Amino acid sequence: MAADKAIGPIRRSFAPWNDPKARPFIEFRNVTKRFGDFTAVDHLSLGIYEREFFALLGPSGCGKTTLMRMIAGFEEPTEGHVLLDGQDLVGVPPYRRPTNMMFQSYALFPHMSVWDNIAFGLKQDKMPKPEIAARVEEMLALVKLGPFARRKPHQLSGGQKQRVALARSLAKKPKVLLLDEPLGALDKKLREETQFELTDLQMKLGMTFIIVTHDQEEAMTVADRIAVMDHGKIVQVATPAEIYELPNSRYVADFIGDINLIEGRLAPAAGNGARLECAGTGATVETSQPVEAAPGSEAWFAIRPEKVTIGLEPPADPTKNALKGTVWDIGYLGDVSIYHVRLATGATVKATIANRTRLVERPITWEDEVWLSWSRDGGVVLTR
Amino acid sequence: MNDRPSWFNVTSLVLGFSFLYLPIVLLVVYSFNASRLVTVWGGFSTQWYVSLIHNQGILDAAWVTIRVALISATCATILGTLAAVALVRYGRFHGRTLFSGMVYAPLVMPEVITGLSLLLLFVAVGFDRGFWTVVLAHITLSMCFVAVVVQSRLVTFDRSLEEAALDLGCPPGKTFLKITLPLIAPAVVAGWMLAFTLSLDDLVIASFTTGPGATTLPMKIYSQVRLGVTPEINAVCTILIGIVATGVIIASIATKRREVERARAERLAAAAP
Repeated sequence: MAADKAIGPIRRSFAPWNDPKARPFIEFRNVTKRFGDFTAVDHLSLGIYEREFFALLGPSGCGKTTLMRMIAGFEEPTEGHVLLDGQDLVGVPPYRRPTNMMFQSYALFPHMSVWDNIAFGLKQDKMPKPEIAARVEEMLALVKLGPFARRKPHQLSGGQKQRVALARSLAKKPKVLLLDEPLGALDKKLREETQFELTDLQMKLGMTFIIVTHDQEEAMTVADRIAVMDHGKIVQVATPAEIYELPNSRYVADFIGDINLIEGRLAPAAGNGARLECAGTGATVETSQPVEAAPGSEAWFAIRPEKVTIGLEPPADPTKNALKGTVWDIGYLGDVSIYHVRLATGATVKATIANRTRLVERPITWEDEVWLSWSRDGGVVLTR
Repeated sequence: MNDRPSWFNVTSLVLGFSFLYLPIVLLVVYSFNASRLVTVWGGFSTQWYVSLIHNQGILDAAWVTIRVALISATCATILGTLAAVALVRYGRFHGRTLFSGMVYAPLVMPEVITGLSLLLLFVAVGFDRGFWTVVLAHITLSMCFVAVVVQSRLVTFDRSLEEAALDLGCPPGKTFLKITLPLIAPAVVAGWMLAFTLSLDDLVIASFTTGPGATTLPMKIYSQVRLGVTPEINAVCTILIGIVATGVIIASIATKRREVERARAERLAAAAP
């Protein structure tokens, strides 16, 4: 338990990306990768720091896997440089790179036992036999697979295979561990357990982990920082909380979690923050987060459903940070209810209410006229 | 679905199987015939098998055939496997279409033409015809069959297995030997067996490319039959059928047993937490 307590402060204070003196451990410098006419990665620059748990997040085809395969050495950049600890990796074959990868399909060697699978990489390094045996035992203990050492991969369940693959990729103690959709094949419950195991493991081993995933919840759970990608470019790199609370674009806002987007035009700001005239409703939105765009330009107000308050009475100032609408639909999910409220413009705004008491009679029900309101800190104004 | 097969199905089954196996059954039965006349049953006897052991001509031919088959099958398997790897792995290299077409050409080429063109080549370069020319000709014939068999296995091969080996520090050549080859081994063995049987029963190409002192068993049988079928030939053929049938049965039992074992292990693993 003492070890668990120590993790908290380290986690909280770990932020080398805010330190101007820190040098990235892995660096992409203006990297482009083309496959024929298709551009998988487009003039991309990115720095990943030592001991960081970094997630590459995006839909399929956004270039995240290509980016990871360039670190592993299975793809070479068409242009640009990939650096590891200051050294250019371009031209170094995969079998000479100090990185190891855990494959999406696990890629366990079917003709070898669990033990031999884990020992495979160590044997390539010509490590003495007693040391190999010790390391394999250590890895088996780490992933709790000791009794399965003599089994072949086809004699294991999905979760066990996943742990063998993890042990095999960790056995050489690489500087960087690459995880390609490592939990995709597991069922939901096992996946959630494994996510927390992965973060613990990464803290314990002090390695740099890079994970590729299309599952935003997975990225949020495990990563120190997330890079959201689209069409070979990085849209935003930030901590999970920043990505969720302060998305820099509609793409990021929409990709991570659920969000309401209300269209409008920027108005001159009063004091700090931003001001937006919502189209068609006459309502004004004020946020505490400033934007860098000229008044009059097109913009969107983005607010998460759980930050919208729903009520039958109008708020104190119904012209600011408030909208009127009609309850269109209610989704009851047990822990929360989602209200779909239709505005006069025809747009729908979602508001989530936590169900703190047993819901026998709803105070607000279908076709009620309601007021939606939120605080200045609730949402952000996006200009792209 | 009706449990009892209809008369139509039974009849077609009987007709089909008799069409396939009646000639072979007849040959096997008559190899145990006591009579010297091939078409007259004179009682059960194994005398033709005994006289076979003392027929030096047939024994020599059988020995030549086996050596040709062993050497040519082994060489064809190596060449065919390498060709299959090149075709599947190295993507769209320059001239790939031409190369793959050329590897498969002998599959559809009439044997007479293959034999004749090889004969012309051997004559042109002044290669003395005999044992080694037959071996070379058989390699040419059977390597494309090996390539087809191995290629079909390689197409379904999970490339990330090779990438995983590279990633763990294993250079490409060693990866092929340690990972790829063991996993495509069943296809390679099947290719070798196919090449072996092709060489064993080839008459046309061997006739074109052979020389003095290198008569294969099919050639020997064919030349003897022209002088009249003897029960001795029936005995040779029965032995050949026996060898091939034993091989096929052993191979299918082994495959079946492995499948059953694998299915059982997978069921057990799925039940585990």
